[in-house]
Amino acid sequence: MLESWVVLSVSLLYLCALFAIAYFGDKRAEQGRSLIANPYIYTLSIAVYCTSWTYYGSVGFAAVNGLGFLTIFLGPTLVFLAWPFLLGKLVRISKANRITSIADLMSSRYGKSTVLGGLVTVIAVIGIMPYISLQLKAVSTSFTMLLDFPDLTQAGRLADAPVFSDTTLLVALVMALFAILFGTRHIDASEHHEGLVAAIAFESLVKLAAFLAVGLFVVYGLYDGFGDLFSRAMAYDNIRRVMVVDGGGDYSRWITMTVLSMAAIVCLPRQFHVTVVENVSESHLRKAVWLFPLYLLLINIFVLPIAVAGLMQFPGPDIDADTFVLTLPMAARREGIALLAYIGGLSAATGMVIVAAIALSTMMCNNLIMPILLRIDRLKLTSRGDLTGLLLTVRRSSILFILLLGYAYYRFIGESYALVTIGLVSFAAAAQFAPAILAGIFWKGATRLGALSGLTAGFLVWVYTLLLPAFARSGWLPLDFVLEGPWGIAWLKPYALFGMTDYGHLTHSLIWSMLANGGALIAVSLFSRQSALERVQAALFVDAFRLRSDDGSRFRRGSATVADIQDLMVRFTGRKRAEKMLSAYARSRGVNIGKLQEADADLVDFSERVLAGVIGSASASVMVSSVVKGAVVGLEDVMVILDETSQVIEYSHRLEQKSAELERTTAELRAANERLKELDRLKDEFLSTISHELRTPLTSIRSFSEILYDHPDVSRSQREEFLGIIIRESARLTRLINHILDLAKMEAGQFVWQMEDVSPAMVIDEALAAVGGLFGEKNVLLDVDIEPGLPPLKVDKDRMIQVLVNLLANAVKFCDRGKGRVWLSARRDGDSLLLSVRDNGIGIPEAERDTIFDKFRQISAGRKGNPGGSGLGLAISRQIVDHFGGRIWVDGGEGGGACFYIRLPFSAMALKQGAA
Amino acid sequence: MGRSVLVVEDEPNIALSLRFLMGKLGLDVRVAENGDAALKACAEQPPDLILLDLMLPERDGYDVCREIRSNPAWRDVRIIMLTAKGRDADREKGLALGADDYITKPFSTRDLVSRVEAFFAGEAAGSDQLAGDGDVRR
Repeated sequence: MLESWVVLSVSLLYLCALFAIAYFGDKRAEQGRSLIANPYIYTLSIAVYCTSWTYYGSVGFAAVNGLGFLTIFLGPTLVFLAWPFLLGKLVRISKANRITSIADLMSSRYGKSTVLGGLVTVIAVIGIMPYISLQLKAVSTSFTMLLDFPDLTQAGRLADAPVFSDTTLLVALVMALFAILFGTRHIDASEHHEGLVAAIAFESLVKLAAFLAVGLFVVYGLYDGFGDLFSRAMAYDNIRRVMVVDGGGDYSRWITMTVLSMAAIVCLPRQFHVTVVENVSESHLRKAVWLFPLYLLLINIFVLPIAVAGLMQFPGPDIDADTFVLTLPMAARREGIALLAYIGGLSAATGMVIVAAIALSTMMCNNLIMPILLRIDRLKLTSRGDLTGLLLTVRRSSILFILLLGYAYYRFIGESYALVTIGLVSFAAAAQFAPAILAGIFWKGATRLGALSGLTAGFLVWVYTLLLPAFARSGWLPLDFVLEGPWGIAWLKPYALFGMTDYGHLTHSLIWSMLANGGALIAVSLFSRQSALERVQAALFVDAFRLRSDDGSRFRRGSATVADIQDLMVRFTGRKRAEKMLSAYARSRGVNIGKLQEADADLVDFSERVLAGVIGSASASVMVSSVVKGAVVGLEDVMVILDETSQVIEYSHRLEQKSAELERTTAELRAANERLKELDRLKDEFLSTISHELRTPLTSIRSFSEILYDHPDVSRSQREEFLGIIIRESARLTRLINHILDLAKMEAGQFVWQMEDVSPAMVIDEALAAVGGLFGEKNVLLDVDIEPGLPPLKVDKDRMIQVLVNLLANAVKFCDRGKGRVWLSARRDGDSLLLSVRDNGIGIPEAERDTIFDKFRQISAGRKGNPGGSGLGLAISRQIVDHFGGRIWVDGGEGGGACFYIRLPFSAMALKQGAA
Repeated sequence: MGRSVLVVEDEPNIALSLRFLMGKLGLDVRVAENGDAALKACAEQPPDLILLDLMLPERDGYDVCREIRSNPAWRDVRIIMLTAKGRDADREKGLALGADDYITKPFSTRDLVSRVEAFFAGEAAGSDQLAGDGDVRR
């Protein structure tokens, strides 16, 4: 049995533990030994994203819609993994400008606009209201159910209970108390609430542990592991459906939910608060980038198993799937686990409510109430003494107000919706901030008017397409308004605006609101002018990573006395804190404030940033302007400063380009120089080789001519031998010179080619006729094998013959006298001719087969006794074949000889004609 | 005792002309087609003079010259380099390796013959003077 006093006291004990942790955290912070200065606590605090909606609602959602619940966690994972720079930039900007909330961020970016900050606050409060009421509902439902243990009666319409005995109200009040105690102890909202963050992190641990415990209990306690659970579930048709990704399903809903949750992780006021405002160090964000998605993964592991088990245990409609986490242990009579499950849900809810309440109250105070109060001249706030008390009162009342508002929403509307639906309505509201935030930090051209128009348009569409229908379904408005459209105008139906009926309510609303929001933002921004202050702020935000945090002071003109500044700070932060901050400032700048009369721009800027942390940037700007004489800054000044800055940036950019260019040119020059050196060396080598090749036959010719001249008495046979040598060597010399000239022309591209269509057989015949004598001389056998009907080649006939003669002469040259054989074959291979000339001579060593086509390269073994070659024949052959678009190469022939191959494309035109 | 000359030349036509010219001088002529054959011929019977081509397959003329100069038994062998390598650097390298003379191809047969004759005439007068002759020609 679970007595009500047990449940109550456990709840209270848990809350006391939270108080203790928060208190301890604050104490440690005061001692300078921060409890939260590590990425793990930071990540756990971000996990405040997982509310009771996750805790109870995901299971409910999975039980109905299957795996769709994952999208709520896919969005944040994408933002953390894919766009850490977005969060990083927000953190950097917020630290530099002492941003206290998302309203403050927008207000500050768009020229410290009071109106914009107020609008964001109103939207946030209205938008988040359903979300807070959702948490209250979850806590009171689970509490009531647990009291009935072990009976599984559904809680019924709790809201029917009278207000003063309503558990939900009690829950709301207790949460308000906690938020007030730990959220409004200091007045500077941009200072870290260390105790609070520690408590939130603890809650994230508790809810994770509780959910995992329930999951393990269900999977291993009720069933024999995952396999058993799922195989049993497969027996039910209606359950099998939730375990598969719905093939024909509504992908628009998946996309919508992913987009919404991506916006939510950035734009929800409480997420902005823990991720950006409470961030201690940018390095923590880098770790959270993967730690947070890991947390999301862990807390989602058991969602589907619990949903499936719940569907099997409670087949009827009596038990709401949203309560499976609690009802499964209860049905099994496991008090301990049921109690733990309840505590987990409680922690998920309290964490969200407290942080949301604090974030919203800061916004209400700084961006809504204070600006109004400061403007009411009758109150004379601008000249009154200590305002810290007033500020605290405003914040505390705001917290109470917000929770009561949440309670009111719950009482009148909350019952008619499932948990997930309520949460998504809130997400859609928060998503309206996304366009103005993104444009604000990436597009300098976004203006205040543009942001105001976009937000207003988006918000109105949201109200019309999501909030009003919710009211209508709760009976606050006639239901006809939803079904028939206002005044019966069909194309104004809130769920099918302009006849769009293809998507679900949420997607429908998101499409129209984002169209209106983004469209208005861009259009109005393009057609409106920015004020001087807007330009400055736009530059500070968009260029956050390039500017130093104190660059803002450069945009300030005018002067104030130190006394005025001091006075201002004392009024908003209290004397002690003001003195502490001023002396810290003096230390860091190395100045003695006591001796200063006139406050310089830097000090004025510092004071404004301190005030911004207390009352928001818009109000701070107003307050500081009231004591600074000579205007904050004129448009002309801004233009000059901005121009100057952009000129300097432009100039240094150009310099950078120049030096990069110079470097590149140097590298190119160096490469060209190396190339020249290499060419020079090659030319040297070439000349020396040519000279050697020319001198050799010349030596023979000269020697024998002189011998014959000096020795008229040599024998007749000797004379003939010597003359024969002279003639042969002269011919060799002529050939060599011709080859050199040909090659030089070919290489220089000056050779005149006589290209024509030629039959391969004819070329081969002519080549054979030219070298026929050689075969006879050395008694070498020749086999010729030409495939009949070969298409023509597009070549220079004489050059082609030259190549063949060269190959054939080589083949003969390297054959042994009398035993030599040469095989010539020509056959078709696809669209090309494959020619081969094979011999059974000495062959070519494999290592030399690539270089043999180089100039003056003769195989080492072949030089001996083969003086006839110029060393250029193969080099020229390769040039010729290359020119014909073919390829020449050499391989080992069978039986040790060499085999030269030539592949040549057939004449394209002839092929075409042949085909036709 | 007859004077002997070793022609080291891989180009058969040139070898033939050198054999003819040296034969006309009344010298005992042997021909080697490559570096290894040249060293082998030296080992069998050191010649008085070597006409040494530089561009030989495998072991080139420089190598042969170095080998011969490193062997004290062949201290008296005179070496004339005969080569198509005509650059000053080639010539200096040859002389630095211990060649006694360096003749560029194509050469005048009369010039070659008179230098060979001068060698043997100088040898008859004493090896010191011969070395001096080499220096003068340089």
